[in-house]
Amino acid sequence: MKKIKNILETNVLYTLIAIVIGFVIGALFLAVAGISPGAAYAKLIDGVFGRPKYLVWTMVYGSPLIFTGLSVAFSLRTGVFNIGAEGQFVVGSLAACAVGILVQAPPVIHALLCILAAALAGFLWSYLVGLMKVKRGIHEVLSYIMFNWIAFYLSNYMVNTELLHKEGDGEATKNVLDSARILFPEGILKVLDCSGANWGFLLAIITAVAMWIIIEKTTLGYRLKAVGFNKEAAKFGGINADKSILTALGISGALAGVGGAVQLLGMGARISQFAGQEGYGFQGITVALIAGSNPIGCIFSGIFYGAMKYGGSKLTMVGAPEEVIDIIMGCVIIFIAISQVFKALFKKTVKGKESK
Amino acid sequence: MGRVSHADESTVVVEMRNIVKKFGDFTANDHIQLTVHKGEVHAILGENGAGKSTMMNVLCGLYKPTAGEIFINGKQVNFNSPKDSIDMGIGMVHQHFMLIQPFTVTDNIILGMEPVKGLVVDKETAKARILELSAKYNMSIDPDAKIEDISVGMQQRVEILKVLYRGADVLILDEPTASLTPQEIEGLLEIIENLTADGKSVILITHKLKEITASSDKCTIIRQGKYIDTVSVKDVNESDLAAMMVGRDVNFKVEKKPQEPGEAVLEVEGIRARDYRGVEILKGLDLTVRKGEIVGLAGVDGNGQTELVEILTGLRKAESGKVSILGKDVFNRTPKETFDAGISSIPADRQKHGLILEFSNEDNMILQHYNEAPFARKGILNRKEIREHATALMEKFDIRPRGTEGNPAGTLSGGNQQKVIIAREITNDKELLIAVNPTRGLDVGAIEFVHKYLVEQRNNNRAVLLVSFELDEIMSLSDRIEVISGGIITGSVTGEEIANHETDEKELGFLMAGGKRT
Repeated sequence: MKKIKNILETNVLYTLIAIVIGFVIGALFLAVAGISPGAAYAKLIDGVFGRPKYLVWTMVYGSPLIFTGLSVAFSLRTGVFNIGAEGQFVVGSLAACAVGILVQAPPVIHALLCILAAALAGFLWSYLVGLMKVKRGIHEVLSYIMFNWIAFYLSNYMVNTELLHKEGDGEATKNVLDSARILFPEGILKVLDCSGANWGFLLAIITAVAMWIIIEKTTLGYRLKAVGFNKEAAKFGGINADKSILTALGISGALAGVGGAVQLLGMGARISQFAGQEGYGFQGITVALIAGSNPIGCIFSGIFYGAMKYGGSKLTMVGAPEEVIDIIMGCVIIFIAISQVFKALFKKTVKGKESK
Repeated sequence: MGRVSHADESTVVVEMRNIVKKFGDFTANDHIQLTVHKGEVHAILGENGAGKSTMMNVLCGLYKPTAGEIFINGKQVNFNSPKDSIDMGIGMVHQHFMLIQPFTVTDNIILGMEPVKGLVVDKETAKARILELSAKYNMSIDPDAKIEDISVGMQQRVEILKVLYRGADVLILDEPTASLTPQEIEGLLEIIENLTADGKSVILITHKLKEITASSDKCTIIRQGKYIDTVSVKDVNESDLAAMMVGRDVNFKVEKKPQEPGEAVLEVEGIRARDYRGVEILKGLDLTVRKGEIVGLAGVDGNGQTELVEILTGLRKAESGKVSILGKDVFNRTPKETFDAGISSIPADRQKHGLILEFSNEDNMILQHYNEAPFARKGILNRKEIREHATALMEKFDIRPRGTEGNPAGTLSGGNQQKVIIAREITNDKELLIAVNPTRGLDVGAIEFVHKYLVEQRNNNRAVLLVSFELDEIMSLSDRIEVISGGIITGSVTGEEIANHETDEKELGFLMAGGKRT
């Protein structure tokens, strides 16, 4: 009995239930649209697990999402809400792109320079919002959303400048130099049978572990969490609250920025003019929520979202719209948000049985 | 005391028989008994964490008892939710008010059972009903005022009206005086009297012995979850009650050896400051606290003592004046700087300033030292040292329950939360300890303990500034009393004068109200 109770206490169970419900509702929508849910989900599963290379692609799709997930999770753990990961992702990607095109450097170093530039860009983009919050009391959610759009248009502007624009027609930048790419060596790519396999996933795991250590094991994490939970008590204890908030937002922004670099250097190699926000940052919110703001959890939820995106891209083959993925993920979030209700219900049933 | 009892011993309204409530392996209530009559004020007395609140949460339907029976007006009941208990006429006023700050008094009272006229809320009817209730029990209130604009005492009235509006015949008041000023407490006791005169029963959860003798007919004592006894209050005195509560004799008198104070530690000169509205609240205050003395700062809430402490601890900036610690200037410094200069403090609001409730107890205990050896090296926390430190403090300061080093501080009872802060601040061992209402909400056993530690600080030649709304506390602990009124010190009483009974609460009260000594 005790064991059952313990299981009912953990959030992982409710997350899994939420995911299942998400799929059930997605199936309903598919059925209503006249598409066999069985066929669609079979395609989805086959699209992810069907061949080893599909799994590699899943990791590739998941890597930038792990970063934006970490970005949001880190902010939530420190008492702020980084809804601006989208913008930080874009400026990070832009900075990496500029360095990747304009700077000449030996292979590994060039890539590191790009990532560093992206981290810095994301850091500053978020830090500015923090400054407005700390100095003028402007709520971060408002300014973050505006900064997302500023980043969006800034990127579209930069794409079309002579400096970065590719030769000839098309609304995209030049490709970054090969020395800046983070793809696996040719031989490994061949073995994996995946042209996009890159170091991003490994970097994401290392970063997630590092974030976990920072939050749980360091004085920096102690300070940031203290301010996040109770600013007044932290101040009373001698912690500089404003500085902590700026640090937290800066780190959070840097994580999203690196996500942008990983996406660019691993997959796209160039930035195209956006028609609408790409959503990596917003998807990061989903990743963070599924992970319960736990950095290690972000690895798994990032892979999950990556699998859904990659597998979902193949749904059109069976005539199902890709958007069904958004519906499923949306439902998952709703049910995670109300998981406390399930928790109470389940516990009550177990208790009721016990008393009988 | 001159109070009239309205108890009707022939009518039992609430009876709890052999109530057991377990949380996992922990038994919070172990065969508790309670019998409340019509028109009776029945006090429930017990130490912090004795199980008083659990018992009341069972009665008001928040918890289901593991075993035992509840009878209301002679009928056995089985509460599945607070609504069931409200329907049976039981209303609970919680210690921490559950009010929506930006809503008006009326909105809060009718919340969840708004009278409607067609599709709109019929506020006029609601208001009339509220005014009728408030007139009946003599608790005046402005039904249109917003909660955020009214005092704590008024908010409590709103809570009481809320349960009356729902037709409660039995009112459970959980630590109702914990956050009230002495004047407000008097007002509350009057309200309780009016309620019982009308045939309502009041269950009073408290650990303030004085209030029990002043207000209650019966008193049920519980200790560590077990039922001890139910006594008629008129047959016992405060010492009897205290002994039953803690299971041993309690020493009310603070033992203090005579001691000459040494050099000045804290020197405050001509401090001026404004409050958040821009009104001048400190008007050139002077104060000195020397080594080896406890200086009691007595005053009615709102006369500048909160602001003074905030300035001393770096949480607020003063406009002008001088503050120094052992000659070192600490005027308008940051909290970190004042702490490093030698000021530690037990803050008035333990949940706002004292603790990070989401943090574990052990993490709260290193708040000012989290980045110092042995708790951290090179930015990495040493969990083992932090745990050992916490275990030692929990043992030394008797923080219960044991073994909760890693649990969030918010899960401790109020008294034990306070002990966590006291443990932390006293072990900081700074030149000056500022204690603001250090025993608010604590039971007599814990109070005795806090007082012992404050005196120990003094005996160790530290300076102690005690700010308290409890005159008893000020009078029994202080080597010197300074009275604050209207932002300046208006009078001073020496320890000798207190010891020789040359002054009393009346004179202090007179000084606190702005009077001058003759």
